[in-house]
Amino acid sequence: MSLSEAEARVDTAVAAEDVGGSLLKEAWRRLRRDPVAITGGAMVALFVLVAVIGPWLAPYGPSDRAGAVTPTMIPGPSSQFWFGLDDLGRDELSRVILGARQSLLVGVVSLVLGMIGGLTLGVLAGALGGWVDSLIMRIIDIVLAVPGLLFAIGVAAALGRSLQSVMIAIAVVNVPIFARLLRGQMLSQREADYVSAATSVGLRRRVVVFRHILPNSISPVIVQGTLTLATAIIDAAGLAFLGLGGTDPSVPEWGRMLADSQDYLSGAIHLAIFPGLAIVFAALGFTLFGERLREALDPKYRR
Amino acid sequence: MSAVARTWTGRSGPTSLLEVRDLEVIFTRRGRRDVRAVDGVSFSVDAGETVGIVGESGSGKSITSLAVMGLLPNRGCDVSGSIRFDGTDLRTLSRDQMRDIRGRDIAMVFQDPMTSLNPVVTIGKQVAEVLERHRGMARERARVEAAGLLEQVGIPDPQRRLTDYPHQLSGGMRQRALIAMALACRPRLLIADEPTTALDVTIQAQILELLKQLVAEAGTALIMITHDLGVVAGLCDRVHVMYSGRIVEAADRHPLFAAPRHPYTGGLLASIPRLDSARGAPLTPIPGSPTDTLPWARGCAFAPRCPNVQDDCLRTAPVLEPLPEQGGRELRCYHPLPAPVAVEAVTP
Amino acid sequence: MARFVVRRLLLLVPILLGLSILLFAWVRALPGSTANSLLGERGTPETIAAVERLYGLDQPIAVQYWKYLKQSATFDLGTSAQTRRPVTDEMVRLFPGTIELTAVALVIAVGVGVPLGYFAARRYGTWLDSGAIVGSLLGVTIPVFFLGFLLKYVFAIKLGWLPTAGRSDQRILGVDHPTGFYVLDGFITGNLAAAWDAFKHLVLPALALATIPLAIITRITRASVLDVVHEDYVRTAEAKGLLASTITRRHILRNALLPVVTIIGLQLGLLLSGAILTETVFVFNGVGKFVADSIRFRDYAVIQGFILVFAVIYVVVNLLVDIAYGLVDPRVRVR
Repeated sequence: MSLSEAEARVDTAVAAEDVGGSLLKEAWRRLRRDPVAITGGAMVALFVLVAVIGPWLAPYGPSDRAGAVTPTMIPGPSSQFWFGLDDLGRDELSRVILGARQSLLVGVVSLVLGMIGGLTLGVLAGALGGWVDSLIMRIIDIVLAVPGLLFAIGVAAALGRSLQSVMIAIAVVNVPIFARLLRGQMLSQREADYVSAATSVGLRRRVVVFRHILPNSISPVIVQGTLTLATAIIDAAGLAFLGLGGTDPSVPEWGRMLADSQDYLSGAIHLAIFPGLAIVFAALGFTLFGERLREALDPKYRR
Repeated sequence: MSAVARTWTGRSGPTSLLEVRDLEVIFTRRGRRDVRAVDGVSFSVDAGETVGIVGESGSGKSITSLAVMGLLPNRGCDVSGSIRFDGTDLRTLSRDQMRDIRGRDIAMVFQDPMTSLNPVVTIGKQVAEVLERHRGMARERARVEAAGLLEQVGIPDPQRRLTDYPHQLSGGMRQRALIAMALACRPRLLIADEPTTALDVTIQAQILELLKQLVAEAGTALIMITHDLGVVAGLCDRVHVMYSGRIVEAADRHPLFAAPRHPYTGGLLASIPRLDSARGAPLTPIPGSPTDTLPWARGCAFAPRCPNVQDDCLRTAPVLEPLPEQGGRELRCYHPLPAPVAVEAVTP
Repeated sequence: MARFVVRRLLLLVPILLGLSILLFAWVRALPGSTANSLLGERGTPETIAAVERLYGLDQPIAVQYWKYLKQSATFDLGTSAQTRRPVTDEMVRLFPGTIELTAVALVIAVGVGVPLGYFAARRYGTWLDSGAIVGSLLGVTIPVFFLGFLLKYVFAIKLGWLPTAGRSDQRILGVDHPTGFYVLDGFITGNLAAAWDAFKHLVLPALALATIPLAIITRITRASVLDVVHEDYVRTAEAKGLLASTITRRHILRNALLPVVTIIGLQLGLLLSGAILTETVFVFNGVGKFVADSIRFRDYAVIQGFILVFAVIYVVVNLLVDIAYGLVDPRVRVR
């Protein structure tokens, strides 16, 4: 039997095991009928939509003085300004809409960076084993020894006050999660019968990893990615709240808007409520969808 | 019908310890069809008697025992019929009253000893707690008594075992401990649901011997639930064969094995290799699978797999009828296997 | 058992060492040279050179690292640029407040989370269960600082039930603080009014801080109890006719709470990070607020020092939790 014949045989054997494709289809069917998943998905869609078409949607620019304000009299929601004005007379609704763009950008970029880093490390550790595995795990333990936000603060502080540093900081904090996830998947898949079958027929390890193990490990990664996007948005807001992150006042950022609202809590609570609710809305959408996705993808998951 | 008068009209009498009448257990689930797990089961157990309930998985035998114990879930489960223990219908009792009866008057041993014990509590405590609960023993005395019980079930070095945790014991040892817990308060009825199925073959025989010995010594009635006719052959006075939620044949041990009447029973017996069968004789499994059944509402559930099936089997379900036979046989079949050659009806 | 503990302790060493290397590299990566960050913008070439000599910054890296290691081990964490006092002193001064806050938050998280999770599981599918799920979902998605704002607005500003900021009311006179734990001090010095006042200042920030751990603990407890309730050994316990309370206590809870113990150590990390945000919102003078201020003032010595201390605490606490778990779960302990 030639190697390609052997590969073809293993492929058919694996197809029975390889639940990747059919599992996704089954999961999609379940999600379509799930009201919670639909709600989450709708929230995500709305968030992404607002982020993308924001500049065309917002009635005012981010720095436009839309109305008159005094330090003691900052108008709240009205028929003219749905979210009210802020302490500099800018339209809050426009600023919240434009802030969506920042949040989505930071969230997605830091997630992608974190995933790339984490998945690479995870695959290396899982596939190569031995001292590579131990070394990578030790590094991850060290990173995890510092509580998440604190680590992000450290990274962002070192890299300077910019949007990029926030993105990198959050990415770094998320690397361990994905690294561990994929490594764990690979370790458990390594023991699976179909892998023994494949290697016993003589397939090279690299082939086994890329063509068989990885596709089966994808679904938890997708789920984790969705949930991590939610936490990335919250973390980014937190870092911005503390003063890290973009400093350009013409680019609204929800976390910074919350920080700025601190002085006006008693008189103008709307300055805190709308950016805050926006953060919750975006994060909640991803979380709801991600949770339901997890349940839909796991054939055994009852609750 | 022979001219000899029927001598036997009903199986249970005033001496019955347990009397189950028309038991039905229906599982309901939102958006799905109801499942009739137990579909009209009646049987009785006398004091000190060993009764076997035989059937494949899905026959309803385990559910029946759970119903007797009152361990079925509240939601999604409809139970009807009567379960009389010592004259009292258990179904009329409150939850607290059932708690008193369980463990003290009726006890149960389950199938998988590996998962049936609390992993973070010592063996000694798990035995002692039954004594503390039902016999009001103080902790220290219960402990001592527990050691004695462990010895009785054949666990060596019982004193040391008291402080061991379940994961330190082998499967056979764990099942012995579970039997000790069940018999701690000398219940009058013990239900054993496939107690040896999860064990090694060599251990199986030991556990069965142990059960036989213990119930004989204490005069405990025993209901042995199993799919294995071999287990029943060595142990039970009387056997009930269940299929798809109903009893299809019931008889005393020897008549059943000597001459099974229901085709299903015959099939079960024929599919076991026997010491006295000819060398090279093929095994004859029952054709089809347990899922090839009709609902009883449409005829005999066994019809799709039955070698004797005829048209009337597919119209209405047969009724469980007593046969004029020594020891009293019940049969639910229109076209049973041939009767044994010589059966004497005993005149009263 | 002792072997287990020693082995875990030994694992600590490489982690802490790695951490120190990381931090050391971090300081050198900060914008501007180290001397600059210590001096701020006021450094002239001469003073920079002098500072570098003073701090041994002109010596080879390995030597510098060794010095750094020695200093950290002797609790010399440098000087704060904001207050001009040793970082260690500031930490000692400010930590008690954060500990009080964190302790109360943990008590809330566990004290409410575990029962809530348990009852949600036992009443699966009811309103309580759905409510608990929704609640924990919200708890994780509401940012701590936003919640802090809302609580402050509703209970302190609008309703006036609780103070808006700080650790204590300055107007209460004659207050002594021997330990730095304000509530405790009130009891020690017999000044119950002060203790009550300090406690009132803790309530809102602790509530805000507790939300995320509370949500997580509720979820984990609920999932764990749901798993355990379906286990065979619970069925055995029922078959033995044990009292419901016995079954709940000895068979359900003792098994269901094991995973919860494990994650309590992890919650500490969330609490410490969250304290940074919460203390800022409530102007609560603890370690967290100091770190937040240090970010604004670019007081890197403080940030570095606190990262190191936080990490050590976090790692040690998790070790203790591991040991505690070993004590509680015999499968881990006995061979």
